[in-house]
Amino acid sequence: MGQCMNLSLSLTVNGVARTVDLDDPRITLLDLLRERLELTGTKKGCDRGQCGACTILLDGRRVNSCLALAASHDGADILTIEGVAQGDTLHPVQAAFIAHDGFQCGFCTPGQIMSAIGLIREGQAGTDPERIREGMSGNLCRCGAYQGIAEAVLDAQRTLTHADRRDAA
Amino acid sequence: MNRFDYVRPASIAEAIAAATAPGAAYLAAGTNLLDLMKGGVSRPDRLVDVTRLPDLDRIEHMPDGGIRIGALVRNAELAHDPDFARSYPAVAEALLSGASAQLRNAATVGGNLLQRTRCAYFYDTAGACNKRNPGSGCDARGGENRLHAILGWSEACIATHPSDFCVPLVALDAVVEIEGRNGRRDLPLADLHRLPGATPEQDNMLQPGELVVALRLPAEAARFARHARYVKLRERTSYAFAVVSAAAALRIENGVIQQARIALGGVAARPWRAPQAEAMLVHRAPDAAAFREAGAAALADARPSGDNAFKIALARRIVARALALAAAGTPEQIPALPASPFAIAPGAMHDA
Repeated sequence: MGQCMNLSLSLTVNGVARTVDLDDPRITLLDLLRERLELTGTKKGCDRGQCGACTILLDGRRVNSCLALAASHDGADILTIEGVAQGDTLHPVQAAFIAHDGFQCGFCTPGQIMSAIGLIREGQAGTDPERIREGMSGNLCRCGAYQGIAEAVLDAQRTLTHADRRDAA
Repeated sequence: MNRFDYVRPASIAEAIAAATAPGAAYLAAGTNLLDLMKGGVSRPDRLVDVTRLPDLDRIEHMPDGGIRIGALVRNAELAHDPDFARSYPAVAEALLSGASAQLRNAATVGGNLLQRTRCAYFYDTAGACNKRNPGSGCDARGGENRLHAILGWSEACIATHPSDFCVPLVALDAVVEIEGRNGRRDLPLADLHRLPGATPEQDNMLQPGELVVALRLPAEAARFARHARYVKLRERTSYAFAVVSAAAALRIENGVIQQARIALGGVAARPWRAPQAEAMLVHRAPDAAAFREAGAAALADARPSGDNAFKIALARRIVARALALAAAGTPEQIPALPASPFAIAPGAMHDA
């Protein structure tokens, strides 16, 4: 049974192995990313699991990083907004958000994009606009760019589905 | 957030030993607990992390035809399990109507059962709340209480249990497996949550250190699969707790109801089974008149706890709506807006 004081965490963050020493068990994955690893793309909105700005992929699944205790996730594989592009080539979801004006101020955008990537990976929404809107309901946009966001996710879903078919062929 | 010790036991026995001391709390995903800790509503001295305990993340088919769901199975994983969704469609629909995709990916089965009320006065550490601070009073009684309980409440507490998942589970006779210092015991889910009485600080029947390890549905629960729905009215389309919800499950043969199951959510400190309403449907034709009578029977004992008399009339209609949707048949696929009364579906009674 391990006390947490001075617990050392091994994480894979955006494909890179990272080790973080924790001197306080209270730190969330969100704070760890922003304050310890200086990955500030993941945003702190409400910090209470209500807005989705802090969405990351944790072991391949989208979650609210503000409600994940870092100490509990030793060994985790984390993908943040900083890790989705391939060099200068945007991820198809990023490109779709630009093409469809899926943002205004941009604060919620990293969470929206991570959530959209998670949604597409889950494969439950397909190209049904209503299922996409429902599947994105955990991400609030106070600028109200929802129309563009929903179109961007739908477009990216089509692009990625076509890419999958091409790869399979 | 207060400081706490963090321990990660390797076995259930170690976990129980570590969590039996006063001030200890189990941590699973933390989607509710960390929120409560950030607000100072919960202040555990020790978190006992159960997420690495072995064998609690399985969905198992039992030899008797029932199903056993480990306490660490994630809400989304269970809802999207094709076999589970086919056999227990109302449970899958309830799961998918709860919270957001991010939270469903993290939140566990055990944690869902044990989540705390979302009463705003429970969360407001500056106010009086008998559940958070026994004996301090109840600010909800004279406050904003449109969404509070209409069944089973007491002068001490009018909070509701917020789970969607628990509502069809109670209707389908789910059983909770609990492990403690004295071994393992089974408890019907219907008996897990306590009504507030004079001691609203006790949400449930768990003893110190007891851990929910699994949830079981009996084989009989799958016999309702062709006619089982969950309906949930929210104040916005998605990502909101229920104002009122209802699970309805029917067995219909030759146009006659053989068996009915009904439970309500958002109305009491526990998911609320309605046995009288169930009994009166047996041997009736599945029609609007029968469903209206069942709705009335389900709410026969209801009384407002504040500015919420509207919830009684609303709950009657949601019960009738859930029964009508169940009678019309479980859809092939869960609707795009799970459990929404505004989803277009056959059998919907828009004027019920």
